Amino acid sequence: MALEKIRCGGRIELVNLLRYAVPLVLASTGETVGQKSGVINIGLEGCLMVGAYAAMAITLDTKNPFLGCLAGILAGLVLSLLFAWFTVWRSQDQVVVGTAINLLATGLTLALFQSRFGQSGSLLSLPSLPQFGGKWDVVMLIVPLLVFLAWATISKTTWGLALRAAGEAPKAVEAAGFSALKLRTQGLAVSGALGGLAGAYLTVGLTGSYAPGITAGRGFVAIAMVTFGRWRPFWVAMATLLVGFADSLQYELQAAGLPVPYQFLKALPYVVALTVLIIVGSGKDVPQSLGQPFRRNS
Amino acid sequence: MIRALLTAFGLVVVLALTLACFGVSVGPGLQLLAEGAFGDKFAVARTLVKATPLLLTALGMTVAWKTGVYNIGGEGQYIVGAVFAAAIGKLLLPTPPGPIWTVLMLIAGIIGGASYAALAGWLFVRRGVEIVISTILLNFIAIQFLGWAVEGPLKEKAGQVPQTDSIPDSAMLVKFDRQMDLHAGVVLALLAAVAVYLLMYRTRLGFLMRVTGDNRRAARANQIPADRLQVVAMAISGGLCGLAGGVQYLGIVGRLGTTFPEQWGFLGIPVALLGGFHPLGVIPAVVYFGALFAGSDQLSRFTPAGTSLVYVIQAVAVLGFVAMSTAKWRWRKSVVGAESNS
Repeated sequence: MALEKIRCGGRIELVNLLRYAVPLVLASTGETVGQKSGVINIGLEGCLMVGAYAAMAITLDTKNPFLGCLAGILAGLVLSLLFAWFTVWRSQDQVVVGTAINLLATGLTLALFQSRFGQSGSLLSLPSLPQFGGKWDVVMLIVPLLVFLAWATISKTTWGLALRAAGEAPKAVEAAGFSALKLRTQGLAVSGALGGLAGAYLTVGLTGSYAPGITAGRGFVAIAMVTFGRWRPFWVAMATLLVGFADSLQYELQAAGLPVPYQFLKALPYVVALTVLIIVGSGKDVPQSLGQPFRRNS
Repeated sequence: MIRALLTAFGLVVVLALTLACFGVSVGPGLQLLAEGAFGDKFAVARTLVKATPLLLTALGMTVAWKTGVYNIGGEGQYIVGAVFAAAIGKLLLPTPPGPIWTVLMLIAGIIGGASYAALAGWLFVRRGVEIVISTILLNFIAIQFLGWAVEGPLKEKAGQVPQTDSIPDSAMLVKFDRQMDLHAGVVLALLAAVAVYLLMYRTRLGFLMRVTGDNRRAARANQIPADRLQVVAMAISGGLCGLAGGVQYLGIVGRLGTTFPEQWGFLGIPVALLGGFHPLGVIPAVVYFGALFAGSDQLSRFTPAGTSLVYVIQAVAVLGFVAMSTAKWRWRKSVVGAESNS
């Protein structure tokens, strides 16, 4: 991953670390909302991909990175609704459909990229989001707000209660007069929109460039971090920060010439996440109907 | 049978439609694809070379998913298998290279993939860690493991490049023709397909595994050791993916570097699905996609659409297949937790 930017005079700057974590926090926050409603959006990586591509294309056309972000959100949203149509409304397997969605996004973005820019794998520069006060930009300021909003909505509003119930006991939710299917679709829409924004930020915020494969598995990292953070937005955000921190620390270690291979450090967040899951087991935090298709008449 | 024909027909339609969407004229496009995939013996060889790792990983997915464990860690198991094979290769250096190397390295690959997958299976049945999540994490760990191995203990003797030393030709999988990449791994993969078929449909173990996959709770109620079977299924699944890694290593690349992973582990999932999760059914599915990969190389010389096309076709085909088979999918009962099925 393009991390050279994080290092600055041999010292990690906090703001750079935060910038780097933005896409992961966005994606995992969205995924938390989706999973709370009972659906694992395995297609999240695809949402990041189309978000990144749409942001790049629109920013290039309009020279306006904000419109690019908007396009990224829309693209992620559309893809997640496609996922929702199959998994929620047609009760199909979430892993299968998610895998297909990711393939679709990989193929589409690559094909569109190649048909527009030819077969060259060259890096493309873009106008970036305006920065102020050093390296801050507006999306970075929105992120904490979004995490807070996700928490507040999930735990303090009626809609959030219904959403959680859709993830725990969809039948009961239906009995209470809500539509579990609609709630799950809404949860997925949130995850897709934030995933799309995460992808957009990768291009017009973090790197100011685009290349196929720019998402580099961040969607999958985000999915895993939701479990690691026990479906609590603040914890999930902390978990993703840990990933960003370990990723950036590797350059420090290499510079300092410590005998620890940097790959150990890069693997550390995943090892820690796995260890935590082993210790807590499935636990009682997991939405009880997570991953199970809900059928009204069964 | 009718369904298989329908699927085959659907796949061609999807292919034609996708070509049209990409702005490639359908007739010549199909012809280019067909030439690239089956035009001459070199083209056929290319198709088979692409199909080989895909068949092994798709078989791996078939075993696991049929038993109700949703292994999406094929990629990690593939990588770990190859690294294990390379490690054994390094250990064997003092001995004269020969076919015995090949055998030992492939066995190491199987063991590597199998133990890596069994770990996820064991965590699922003992600690309730979802396979979907644990295998995602293990995929990332495997990538770092590969990076560490080729920069550390397995790094080539000579240079600065983070890659392993090349395997001596005599220890590589036998090639049938010097001019082609086609190697004995193809035979191995076909044998694996038959073996998996026999296991799943002709043995008691396979029967019990399928029962467990159909309905875990019913299986347990009938005193079938579902937990143990699911760990076994994961081990077999990972072993096949590890073998795929070993075969690709010993058949094609000959040395490991950080660019070794090529998504074969992931691609096994949609292929297994289109093959109806049947060990023999995946063979045509694998040939189809192997042909697409081989043919799209040819296509990309004349049109802007290249390999990307294959991903789109695969995705559309899977989504179409899934949409058509609504409500026929009873085999997925529960993903989360051991007994949380409501």
